[in-house]
Amino acid sequence: MSALELTDVVVEYERRGLAPVRAVAGASLEVDRGQIVGLVGESGCGKSTLARAAIGMVAPVSGTIHFEGREVRPLSRGARARELARLQMVFQNPFSSLNPRRKIGEQIGDALAILGLAARRERAGRIAELLEQVGLPPGAARGYPHEFSGGQRQRIAIARALAASPSVIVLDEPLASLDASAQAQIANLLVSLARELDLGLLLISHDLAIVRHVADKVAVMYLGLIAETAPTRELWATPLHPYTEALIEAVPHADGAGTLPEALPGEVPDPSRPPEGCRFHPRCPYVFDRCRSQEPPLVELAHARSAACWLQRPGEPVPPSIRAASRLARAGRAE
Amino acid sequence: MSLLEVEGLQVRLPTDAGPATIVRGIDYRVEPGEVFGIAGESGSGKTMSVLALMGLLPAGAAVEGRAVFEGRDLLGLPRGQLRRICGRELAMVFQDPMTSLHPMLSIGTQLTEHVRRHLGLGRRDAAELAVQALRDVRIPDPDSALHAFPHQFSGGMRQRIAIAVALACRPKLLVADEPTTALDVTVQAGIIRLLDRLRNESGLTIVLITHDLGVLSAIADRVAVFYAGRVVEAGSRADVLGSPRHPYTRGLLDALPHPEAADIPLIAIHGAPPTPRNVPPGCAFHPRCPYAQASCRVAIPPLVAVDGRVLACPVDPLQPGATS
Repeated sequence: MSALELTDVVVEYERRGLAPVRAVAGASLEVDRGQIVGLVGESGCGKSTLARAAIGMVAPVSGTIHFEGREVRPLSRGARARELARLQMVFQNPFSSLNPRRKIGEQIGDALAILGLAARRERAGRIAELLEQVGLPPGAARGYPHEFSGGQRQRIAIARALAASPSVIVLDEPLASLDASAQAQIANLLVSLARELDLGLLLISHDLAIVRHVADKVAVMYLGLIAETAPTRELWATPLHPYTEALIEAVPHADGAGTLPEALPGEVPDPSRPPEGCRFHPRCPYVFDRCRSQEPPLVELAHARSAACWLQRPGEPVPPSIRAASRLARAGRAE
Repeated sequence: MSLLEVEGLQVRLPTDAGPATIVRGIDYRVEPGEVFGIAGESGSGKTMSVLALMGLLPAGAAVEGRAVFEGRDLLGLPRGQLRRICGRELAMVFQDPMTSLHPMLSIGTQLTEHVRRHLGLGRRDAAELAVQALRDVRIPDPDSALHAFPHQFSGGMRQRIAIAVALACRPKLLVADEPTTALDVTVQAGIIRLLDRLRNESGLTIVLITHDLGVLSAIADRVAVFYAGRVVEAGSRADVLGSPRHPYTRGLLDALPHPEAADIPLIAIHGAPPTPRNVPPGCAFHPRCPYAQASCRVAIPPLVAVDGRVLACPVDPLQPGATS
């Protein structure tokens, strides 16, 4: 069993006088220890909502979330179960997630004190150790957040999450507010932490290129649903969902070649009124009749590879490209 | 003749801790019809260096140098004259279209206000021009868009509208400051293609400021890389991004995820850029540079022409044939 398991999670946001918005419309995801899972998609696709549901910050309407075999229940007046301390979260903006008026060492030490992970005498040593793990000098414990750069603050936020001795950390856009050089440093740090501490990481990001470098497995989300999941390398080599293909082709490459990225026509539809059939069909270059009326389920197509697209046929060999799959589908209909 | 010629530009801003020099002597030229890219990390002075041209710096800022736009030094113009040029001949688009568009005014009002002011058009002519401007940036149903408000559009559409507003008076130069940074990657691709089309169809000159070397790689003709308020390397897109010579340019490119090398760790530049108040002496990059020598700590390296580009690194460790 995976360390973190989300099964058919549905999350809705109430709106006064309006129908609720279904931000996550039934998504399943697993994160194992030592594994980095990337969750990618564009703004409004529900990836942050799914991340928040994963740690119990928002309550799902239906579906279940299990962490180390125990159900993750949404935050309430009662204390969060102690065991859930091993499921931690790091937020996008380290400027707002750290308390500006408390010393770094105190903020990291909270978890040690509350969870009783280090006796008072040992705390300073443990804090220094945590800072070292994220590449900061032990003296950083005496500083305040404003004395550090964005990248350093994100390291501090990670150290604070590590203080609770987690087995899984959910990170919501941890790299988005950082410059290129700090981004690379933090990306490398996440990979080495996952390997060294046998940590499971769920990395939410809109940046496919960085996820490609960091993640072992990727889930692509579109309008509240998971469109495709695959091992990272295979996802990039042969995307099976047209949306994944469009995302990959839209990334500009810094090679000086002057190649224009491919734009995807249309807009992400209003999640409160998703299109009939496949949610991606109004923007899909390969659309055919069935897509307009029936919603494709996420099905396993090859080992560890799933996609929700009518072009793909479970049980048959995966076509070399979506274009080829589209040709096959068209030929099949003509018969 | 260059459309814009910036020479020895310096910008000093007051901060809580005393004045800080944000831009420390910058030279560049922008040729008509080109996309000139300015790259650099946050705090490198790229935004301040263009805000200075339009007189948009915060109060208390001090500017030195020259910025000659079509024969007139923008930095020496009286405010009234500068205002007639800005918006009419020189226009700007910002990162966040939600802050550059007025939330309470209709798109039509925002599109016609400055058109009427700058071009002296009547209401009807201005409305016609506004519809054309929206059509140019591919806003679906431009006639009804005129009566809509910014919040009714998505981020990508808002940025298109902001570009339409900027281009309504047919300026010669468009300065776009991180125009795609707040957008999703598929929407960003649309804006990149739009800018490329506008440049091709109407000969628009664009100064494109972005930290994203991928975006510059897609449409910039020439690129200048800023570090700590100075240009460290500038030249054609293919030269600067294809075979960089400054260790900082190389470092920025290495730090990016690369499609051909997804399995190796990213090569990060160690440390962080200096803040404007503690720029190191000599070459500002030397504390982070793997090739730094004793001389780098002393003198600020001048920008000199090397192999068809300009480079501020006398060590030049990345020249072909150099052993590192």
